[in-house]
Amino acid sequence: MIKAILIFNNHGKPRLIRFYQYFHQAAQDTSYCKAEDMQQQIIRETFHLVSKRDDNVCNFLEGGSLIGGSDYKLIYRHYATLYFVFCVDSSESELGILDLIQVFVETLDKCFENVCELDLIFHMDKVHYILQEVVMGGMVLETNMNEIVAQVEVQNRMEKSEGGLSAAPARAVSAVKNMNLPEIPRNINIGDINIKVPSLSPF
Amino acid sequence: MSDVVEKTLTALPSLLSLDSHPGSAKLSSTSKLGNLIRGITELTSKHEEEKLIQHELLAIKEQVSSPNTTMMKELMVRSIYCEMLGYEASFSYIHAIKLAQQGTVLEKRVGYLAVSLFLNESHELLLLLVNTVLKDLQSTNLIEVCMALTVVSQMFPKDMIPAILPLVEEKLNHPKEIIRRKAVLALYKFYLIAPNQVQHIHNKFRKALCDKDPGVMTASLHIYLQMIQENPEAYKDLTPSFVTILKQVVGGKLPMDFNYHTVPAPWLQIQLLRILSLLGKNDQSTSEVMYEVLDESLQRAEMNHNITYAILYECVKCIYTIHPKSDLLEKAAKCIGNFVLSPKINLKYLGLKALTYVVQQDPKLALQHQMTIIECLDHPDLIIKRETLELLFRITNGQNVTVIVEKMLEFLCISEDDHTTIDLVGKVAELAEKYPLKYNEWFIETMNTVFSLGGDMMQPDIPNSFLKLLSEGFDSVEEDRKLRLFAVNSYIPLLRGEPGKLPQRFLQVISWVLGEYSHLREDLEPAEVLSLLAKLLDMKNSSSETKSWVLMAMTKLCKGGADASVTQEVSETYSSSLDTVLRQRAHELQYLSQDPELRARVLPRGSCGNFAFVSEALAAGAAPYKPPHQRQEELDQSKALSLEPYGLSLPISMSSCSITDRQSPTLLSMSSGLSGDTLKLDGIKRVWGREGYLAQREPVEEAAQVEVPSPIQSPGRQGEGDSLHSQTPTQTPTPEPEQEKQQLASSLFVGLASQSSVSLMGKSEPMPQRFRRKAKGQGLGSSFIANEQISSSLISPPSAVDNLLCNNLLDSNNASELAEQTSQLSQSLTTANGTCHAEAELTESDTKGCNPALRRDNCVVAAGPGPHNDPGRLTEVCLDSYLPAELSGLSHSEIAPLCANQSLNLSACHVQKEDSLILVVFIMNSSESAIQQIPAGEVTSYSVAVGQYSLTVKRPAVHVEVVGTVSYQLPAGTSQSLQFSYKVPLTSFIRPFVVSTEEYGTMWLSFSHDTKQNLTLINDNQEPLTATLNALKKKLQLHVVEVIGMEGIVACRLLQDLPCLMHCRVNAGWLAVWLRSPVPDLPDCLIYHCQRALQSL
Repeated sequence: MIKAILIFNNHGKPRLIRFYQYFHQAAQDTSYCKAEDMQQQIIRETFHLVSKRDDNVCNFLEGGSLIGGSDYKLIYRHYATLYFVFCVDSSESELGILDLIQVFVETLDKCFENVCELDLIFHMDKVHYILQEVVMGGMVLETNMNEIVAQVEVQNRMEKSEGGLSAAPARAVSAVKNMNLPEIPRNINIGDINIKVPSLSPF
Repeated sequence: MSDVVEKTLTALPSLLSLDSHPGSAKLSSTSKLGNLIRGITELTSKHEEEKLIQHELLAIKEQVSSPNTTMMKELMVRSIYCEMLGYEASFSYIHAIKLAQQGTVLEKRVGYLAVSLFLNESHELLLLLVNTVLKDLQSTNLIEVCMALTVVSQMFPKDMIPAILPLVEEKLNHPKEIIRRKAVLALYKFYLIAPNQVQHIHNKFRKALCDKDPGVMTASLHIYLQMIQENPEAYKDLTPSFVTILKQVVGGKLPMDFNYHTVPAPWLQIQLLRILSLLGKNDQSTSEVMYEVLDESLQRAEMNHNITYAILYECVKCIYTIHPKSDLLEKAAKCIGNFVLSPKINLKYLGLKALTYVVQQDPKLALQHQMTIIECLDHPDLIIKRETLELLFRITNGQNVTVIVEKMLEFLCISEDDHTTIDLVGKVAELAEKYPLKYNEWFIETMNTVFSLGGDMMQPDIPNSFLKLLSEGFDSVEEDRKLRLFAVNSYIPLLRGEPGKLPQRFLQVISWVLGEYSHLREDLEPAEVLSLLAKLLDMKNSSSETKSWVLMAMTKLCKGGADASVTQEVSETYSSSLDTVLRQRAHELQYLSQDPELRARVLPRGSCGNFAFVSEALAAGAAPYKPPHQRQEELDQSKALSLEPYGLSLPISMSSCSITDRQSPTLLSMSSGLSGDTLKLDGIKRVWGREGYLAQREPVEEAAQVEVPSPIQSPGRQGEGDSLHSQTPTQTPTPEPEQEKQQLASSLFVGLASQSSVSLMGKSEPMPQRFRRKAKGQGLGSSFIANEQISSSLISPPSAVDNLLCNNLLDSNNASELAEQTSQLSQSLTTANGTCHAEAELTESDTKGCNPALRRDNCVVAAGPGPHNDPGRLTEVCLDSYLPAELSGLSHSEIAPLCANQSLNLSACHVQKEDSLILVVFIMNSSESAIQQIPAGEVTSYSVAVGQYSLTVKRPAVHVEVVGTVSYQLPAGTSQSLQFSYKVPLTSFIRPFVVSTEEYGTMWLSFSHDTKQNLTLINDNQEPLTATLNALKKKLQLHVVEVIGMEGIVACRLLQDLPCLMHCRVNAGWLAVWLRSPVPDLPDCLIYHCQRALQSL
């Protein structure tokens, strides 16, 4: 399971934080500490660990003391100014996650057309939505880039079409029905006729 | 593609630092978020940032609560941003929930996102969300359903699951695959946090597994991986399905868009391989189902992309986890080689991980890659270095422990990471404690380094167990004294030096040891020790805990007289201390130092470690002590896996009844089993837990150690043989650094597998060299007649030979391992050496390599004028009389004829002694003429020579087969040889193992190999359990440790010291038996014999 996904830049400034597990202060530590602070500590520690490493060393790190013990691993990739760090437990494959990061970044690149750090800052919410299509509740949901992009595009279309009118739900439905274009080759029986007329609203 | 990303990202810093124009094209200039971010990037100090954010938060707070805000979305994003930077925006939580509840679809989306980022699953506000989720799950808008499912899988209050469960279940039948997929993952989440609540929908999981959309099937594998991890037995029936799925995936049957870099659904393959390895673990029949597909995956995976390596890695791990198959193992080993030798650092890392994983089963693999391992030891990447140490830790034995510990300490000096330090310090301490007796001084010195490096971060049980080791001592009083004295000697200079630099824990250890044992050093005045200790008290940075340790030590030391002034001063200072503990100690010191009589009564010398009351309490049924970190671990485990305290017990039938019994091994192992049965590498660590590893490893090591010198070596050359271990001579001259590395290699990998270590060393092959020497001797022939001792190795004992293949031919059913005892001279041994595999070193090391041979020589003389002239009618009774005198009193198996030719008759039997199994071989000359048994021994006509060998088993099998050859020379001068084989059931090697219930408990936890089975109960009287256990005890020589109610615990050992523990419980007319041992296969073999024993009743 993926426990947390952290993106920060070369200076340790967080750009996206997503925790899939609630980290709280270990029981033996008597000083009460808020979860949020714990998360900040984890980010700091992770940055400290990751930033020390050259680019020619391996992409795996074991055991920050905060995020918890020998069962946990940090798997990271460094793209120019950004570090993408996935904190996972032992049930995830190291190389698999490494490629998942690549998939995620390539998807970002597709969605933002040449993604850069600024995109991540100013469209933090969108990055979260994209991430939600890749990883759900700590589990890998989708690894197919086209599928992820399709899902996100459906939502974007909804954004454009939603003029604050009450028609929104209906339009969304049509959008969703259209969103599954890449699904066609998957299902052998194509039951949904609407798929063939993507831009037409039935309403 | 990644290049493009890289390029665009590279351009960024300039954009950010310039802040303004080129970058601002991307942002809307009016956006408040834009302003905020731009403001933050302009700031220089943390303090300014804080001020700005607080200001921002105030602004948001104001706007958010105004009744008709139109820009709720943006406000939310802004508060998310502030929260991300670590500033609390708790006022916005409720607004996020409101937004999710009431907004339009887009606002809902932001609302849900904010909620899932702000709140955790135990947050009380989350209850307000339940209704919203409920409503959205029923919505006709697919996006809303998706959002609801996403938030549910992120966090949902456990108690409210029943409210939405039916709706989520319903979604499993939704026409859209994306919804089905998300529903499956949401259910998985429910399973994780409350397994009981989703128990009834297990068959729906199966339906998801069979979903026509591969995506849904993939999602369902998450659930199965988890459930199989918890209880592999329950899902064995799914193995063929998983195999079929994997076969289809590997065969490219999935649609093209599942491909990733031309590899079909790699993540799916990884998941499936993990599941398979869980299913096939310790299960031969299940494993057999998957051999084919594993082979196919190995072949299909072409090394062209990162992700194929990911699949290969899982494949290799799977192959080494399931029941072994030799040709797959071979391929997997090759694969590991590819990883380890890869120039890509990530692959090297994984290669080392894989090696660490397999090295227990196959130590020769580490030998193959020893040079690479040495290189990795000097790798600039600390992670690689640490992984290498981890690997070395696993192959530590009595011979290489000093080198490995030295390497670990070197690493400790440069490591900065606390976590690594703690971990490694623990390992060094474990190793040092495992082999303390061998090198007293080394032990103390190592522990000193551990204490000073580990500082105050290390696990508290390290100093504790060190002190325990010192105080309890070992078998020899003299050794104990030396050890303690050495400790005292090493501490005094430390205290005279700069004690201020030592960590507190170390100071505590020092003061305890000085208090207890400084009297051992006669030239040391107690007064001096007291003043040294008093110095510690004056140091600024001594913690009050340390001070109380010091005061305790002083109390033990003070005798009045000259040192009275020091103690007086100290006790006066601290009797008014604010710290009550210190005050207490100071008063104790004061009174006891003034009253020597009382002191002698309260603190008798050498009383430490005598906790009679503890064992009394244990006997009375108190729970045994667990160190705090273990308690914490158990707590964590239960927390991580299940939040329901009793939830786990229900699906696991084996352990359901013993939940309440804290001492029962079932419960203990349940907590360990949860992680122990998993795939993760850490699972293995349990094998190497404190005592368990010891028991498994050391006997093997010892056996291996004697193996080399004793058989082929005459006593005169023993010295040389020993030296081979310590410094394997390099024969071919090699360049300097290379040589250094090789030396390091030989010292690191010594004793791993005594024979293979040698043959794999490549350039330095002491073993063949010795054979050569021997061969020469043979050529000289008669000159050896004078040298009785060399000649006496008529049947020169054993060289283990890999016989996996023969083994399959001979006994394919129960995979009995075959041990070949080549009782042959030089040539055959040399060849044997070439094919030797460490894993197959089954039997046996004759610890008395030379003695039996000598004895036989005597026998030859004695038996020479034997009365039996007719060899054909030589009966067992007659051979009986040839049994060596010291064995004749013991019961022996039937003397079985082995083989014969025109001149020799071989028979054999085995005798069970208390601590060994002796194989007695009778060699009878049935010819007219005397036979020269190469090169000197002579068996005159119609007489009998007897040889005896003690056997041990290294790798258990149901039957152990000993194969040997007798070479002899006829007077005519022709040499001949005769081969024989002899089968011994494993039960002959089993001896009772006397342990206490407590010891049993700790051992049970540390053993990793286990097997479970139901056996028939003997039902002929009132007490079926006792009756059955007694029957087993009689038949198999087991030791019944204790019978408690319907449960019984039994222990036995395989010669010499390989323990096997058995836990029996009466369950519905059956005896549920659970065996555990540090030795692979031992539980399986033993359960077979138990079955047989009960059937034959």
